[in-house]
Amino acid sequence: MIAAYRRWKRLHPAGPLDYTRKWPMQLTLAATFIFLYAPILILILFSFNDSRRNIVWRGFTTKYYEKALGNESLIEAFVNSLTIAFVSTIVSTILGAMVAILLWRFRFPGKAGYEGGMALPIVIPEICLGVAMLAFFARIGWPTDLPWPLNLGNIIIAHISFSFPFAAVVIRARLAGFNRELEEAARDLGASEWETYRDVVLPYLKPGLVAGALLAFTLSLDDFVITFFTSGPDTVTFPVKVYSMVRFSVTPEVNAASTVLIVITLFLTAIAMRVQNRSAKRD
Amino acid sequence: MTDAIIEIADISKAFPGGVRAVDAVSLSIREGEFFALLGPSGCGKTTLLRMIAGFETPTEGAIRIDGVDMAGTAPNRRPVNMVFQSYAVFPHMSVAENVAYGLKMDGVAKPEMARRVEDALALVRLDGFDGRKPDQLSGGQRQRVALARALVKRPRVLLLDEPLSALDAKLREAMQLELVNLQKSVGITFVVVTHDQDEALSMADRIAVMETGQVRQLAPPAELYEHPNSRFVAEFIGKMNVIEATASDGVLTGPGLGVIARAPDLGDGPASVALRPEKIRLNMAPTPALGKDEAEIEGTVTTVSYHGAESHIYVDAGEGVLLSATVQNAERDAAHRVKRGDRARLCWRLADALVLKE
Ligand SMILES: Nc1ncnc2c1ncn2[C@@H]1O[C@H](COP(=O)(O)OP(=O)(O)OP(=O)(O)O)[C@@H](O)[C@H]1O
Ligand SMILES: [Mg+2]
Repeated sequence: MIAAYRRWKRLHPAGPLDYTRKWPMQLTLAATFIFLYAPILILILFSFNDSRRNIVWRGFTTKYYEKALGNESLIEAFVNSLTIAFVSTIVSTILGAMVAILLWRFRFPGKAGYEGGMALPIVIPEICLGVAMLAFFARIGWPTDLPWPLNLGNIIIAHISFSFPFAAVVIRARLAGFNRELEEAARDLGASEWETYRDVVLPYLKPGLVAGALLAFTLSLDDFVITFFTSGPDTVTFPVKVYSMVRFSVTPEVNAASTVLIVITLFLTAIAMRVQNRSAKRD
Repeated sequence: MTDAIIEIADISKAFPGGVRAVDAVSLSIREGEFFALLGPSGCGKTTLLRMIAGFETPTEGAIRIDGVDMAGTAPNRRPVNMVFQSYAVFPHMSVAENVAYGLKMDGVAKPEMARRVEDALALVRLDGFDGRKPDQLSGGQRQRVALARALVKRPRVLLLDEPLSALDAKLREAMQLELVNLQKSVGITFVVVTHDQDEALSMADRIAVMETGQVRQLAPPAELYEHPNSRFVAEFIGKMNVIEATASDGVLTGPGLGVIARAPDLGDGPASVALRPEKIRLNMAPTPALGKDEAEIEGTVTTVSYHGAESHIYVDAGEGVLLSATVQNAERDAAHRVKRGDRARLCWRLADALVLKE
């Protein structure tokens, strides 16, 4: 067996650029895959485990998926999370695009300061942002007893404030490669400034918008710290709910719910990548 | 001039930072002509064109198109269209959508739009490419789309910024011819920016030669070539031999040479004599009978550079005078007759030598 491998290797020596056939590279790759994906795979695998304690494999079952679906407070948290992510993604992307265009298109006094200040939420530790949000909403007396979905308002605002800078940065990067002559060509052919944005700049921006939106969506969906600080006593999001469930024990139910979340995220990412590939081919 | 379609009066453009890209330029472009703006890189050609299109605001001066002052008129309201250096074909639209875009903005009705788009595509020989996306086209085809897109609007003037610079040499030559034919057939005034003098000479009806933001000479190609008004124009257009000479009594003599040119009206003092290489004859043996209106000098061949149809022979005539003569290789293997180190005689008609005052 080993002799056969040795023989094969002698017959097919690794070329200078065959990095993947050199052992340090292979080791790095293997380590990356193991540390990145093994926990996720185990999580998914054990969501099908027929055991309450969830430590040893006891056979295949889907009953924890049914149980998770039947868990009303879990479903409520799930719906809350999706609602928050959906709304904050839309607002963040629009806001991010507007900021990106502003920074790309215009020169104004204090631009550098504005650009830095806008990106602050990216670098500020989340815990500080969470505490600040808590203090802020308490100070202005944000009502805590609003009916659904208005009770998510403060969480949505908090999520927008930390995710739109990410969207803005991504969209700004896309804009940097824009050929100014395209814009001028549209103007030359009779388009107004607004029509130029609609017909030329926006279609070009689409991959950037999609990437920015995806980033904002995933940031919002799995945010724990800031949500934990801003949510009222009766509003629960999915990460917060999972946290409270895990405090008692890691049941396959939690695994099942997490698996569903992973599937949703993967699905959205796949769609986003498709959109990007299609427009990337064009320019 | 009554038939001027574009009148540029004393126009200047100063960019922040103090660059005077265009400096007090005045010229008028006639209806239906093929006009070229020619000059070295950075001389302000693009800036001038962009001011006509409305993308730059002049610091001083006025532009009138069809007699209407264009100050304050946005680019989308001017009766001109532009073909950009990068072609700027919209990447997310098909060829037909690109060409239709300008008509859509003008609110042209659907059936008429379809007809005009089809005509425009036929005009640039892109029939059948309607559905293609720009990334499925070659550089030359993309440029035709840009042309069709601008022409379909039937502008009064078409502005083209270095339209052929992105094409390879063979295609560029073909497109030069095609552009000229296209211009004659649609009858629209073309203003072309180029830094390629060969291109300007072969295409344009009139050429404005620019240097550092100013127009040095405006003339038809042949006049520009045969009667340049300055040393800059003489050396920029085509090849030119320049000899520093001395004028006295209406004749010019070169250093260590005899009479090389005549200029009855020129005062005494130093002057430059310019000679086109193709106007110089190369004789290997002493000339049997030199005409009295001819000049002749003798020297040593230093370089023979072979170009297929012709050869450029460089001759050192002493005293720092190095002249090049163009020899047509009219017979096969003619080029091998002249070798480096040979003694040779160069002669030309005195009338063909140009005297430049500055
Ligand atoms: N937006 C701008 N800001 C400052 N300076 C500029 C700007 N645009 C052009 N210039 C300067 O103006 C001068 C003329 O530029 P222009 O683009 O008109 O040259 P050009 O003749 O088209 O040259 P090329 O053949 O290289 O395209 C150059 O020195 C250039 O650096
Ligand atoms: Mg230019």
